[in-house]
Amino acid sequence: MTNHIIQLDDVSFSYDHSIVLDHIHLEVGEGEFWALIGPNGSGKSTLINIILGLLKPSSGSVELFGSDINSFKHRERIGYVSQKSNSFNSGFPATVLEVVRSGLTRKSGLFRSFSKKDEQKALKSLGIVGMESFARQNIGELSGGQQQRVFIARALVGEPDLLIMDEPTVGIDQQNVASFYSMLNELNRDHGIAIVLVTHEIDLVTDLATHVACLNRSIHFHGIQSDYKKMDDEDISNWYGHPVRRVHQFETEVDQ
Amino acid sequence: MISAILSYEFLQNAFLSGLIIGFIAPLLGLFIVVRRLALIADALSHVALAGIAGSLYLSQQVLFFTGLNPVYFGIASAVGGSLLIEKLRGMYRHYEELAIPVILSAGIGFGAIFISLSKGFGSDLVGYLFGSVSAVSRQDLVIVIVIAIIVIAYIRFLYKELFVLSFDPDYAKVSGVNSKYIQMVFMVITALVIGASMRIVGILLVSSLMTIPVAAAMQQAKSFKGAMIYSIIFGEAAVIVGLIIAYYLDIAPGGTIVVTSIGILLFVLTWKKIQGKRNARIVEEGIV
Repeated sequence: MTNHIIQLDDVSFSYDHSIVLDHIHLEVGEGEFWALIGPNGSGKSTLINIILGLLKPSSGSVELFGSDINSFKHRERIGYVSQKSNSFNSGFPATVLEVVRSGLTRKSGLFRSFSKKDEQKALKSLGIVGMESFARQNIGELSGGQQQRVFIARALVGEPDLLIMDEPTVGIDQQNVASFYSMLNELNRDHGIAIVLVTHEIDLVTDLATHVACLNRSIHFHGIQSDYKKMDDEDISNWYGHPVRRVHQFETEVDQ
Repeated sequence: MISAILSYEFLQNAFLSGLIIGFIAPLLGLFIVVRRLALIADALSHVALAGIAGSLYLSQQVLFFTGLNPVYFGIASAVGGSLLIEKLRGMYRHYEELAIPVILSAGIGFGAIFISLSKGFGSDLVGYLFGSVSAVSRQDLVIVIVIAIIVIAYIRFLYKELFVLSFDPDYAKVSGVNSKYIQMVFMVITALVIGASMRIVGILLVSSLMTIPVAAAMQQAKSFKGAMIYSIIFGEAAVIVGLIIAYYLDIAPGGTIVVTSIGILLFVLTWKKIQGKRNARIVEEGIV
């Protein structure tokens, strides 16, 4: 039986009397790669913020790694890459290594300095995303795609069991998006890290993900990728509220 | 001049205080600048002005306050102001910067009232506004040392948390860093540094020692640690040169320290420009 690392039970969220999330049930198991898709304003980022503990649900319960979110203490088990990472202050005086090492802030413990070992971990994490040679470079000097890889390295440095990403490819040029997703695929397949990825790029990502959840205020579909692929474009268009046509671009690219 | 420093206690106080604030003001200033809070230091220094003016007024009116060091009042009001700014920032979450002009105006407003009520303070107030070489007492030096120990301990032990909060506040929250508590203490620490620095640099110029050396350092450094080291070097250079000029010309050190740090900034900017041009030429010649 798969252990659930995220369990949302009847979660609802309202803001200014309007319902943003309506009775959400979702279970994410160890090593699964979930693509969370849905139109703009469908509540995807709200749901991620609830899972991260940044927002409290109006009703329902959230469990992470079997513990209620309010008593969950092991935040280092979750790596997070935000939508906004690529709009950080590019003039910030920090090297890639310093940024990645900051992912160990919580794990290293309060009042303690980083050790040589922490630096080794940061370099190893940079190696995973293919950015080791950029360690001493200023973060602002890198391209958007390279910066996003660095932020993934920061999320990975604490060796998390779950990686949550909120539209991480925003601001990355299309050429780099495919290689970015290949890297995620490797992380999931080779390192066994569970991934929850919020994305608009349904064609690219649903070919990589093991599971798909389609959200538009409520969950309209959740299940394994092959079941999602069997769905008609018409069904998906109904969930989205506008016409959607899937093109399996990434699959084609990978096969080639 | 060295023999004068060795002979006169007031000069020892001034130079030791100067060296200490030349270290702690840019050190904390780096975190203030990268968090885009530079104007908060300005607002708090003006609140300190209200405290100093209030204390000087009270010392004229009430015997009890005559013997009390106005620096205590300045520090207390800056700390109070820092907590108020945090409160206001929380109340106006979408217009956080609004807290700064509100508190800054309040500081100047109260300061103006106390200055008017006491019908002028003469050289005392001028010393607090622009700094003074001769007015730093042994008690002031002790205050500066105590504040420096607090500031260095705070940054030493919470460096990781302060870095992640400065670079990416959202990420800090998600990774479980107690942002609210650290931010609150940060504001109080900023108020303390302002309190420590005002005797030397003066209330009106104190924020510049927290920002100008950092502005120069950020042009040079690639890493955060590098920016920290450069900030401190530039801060110390400005204080030492500024104090020496102030001593020989017998003028307020606040002005000379700030003008020196502006000179350092201009030098760094020009140097960077020359280097950029030289690199461009090398690349161009290399291609040709």
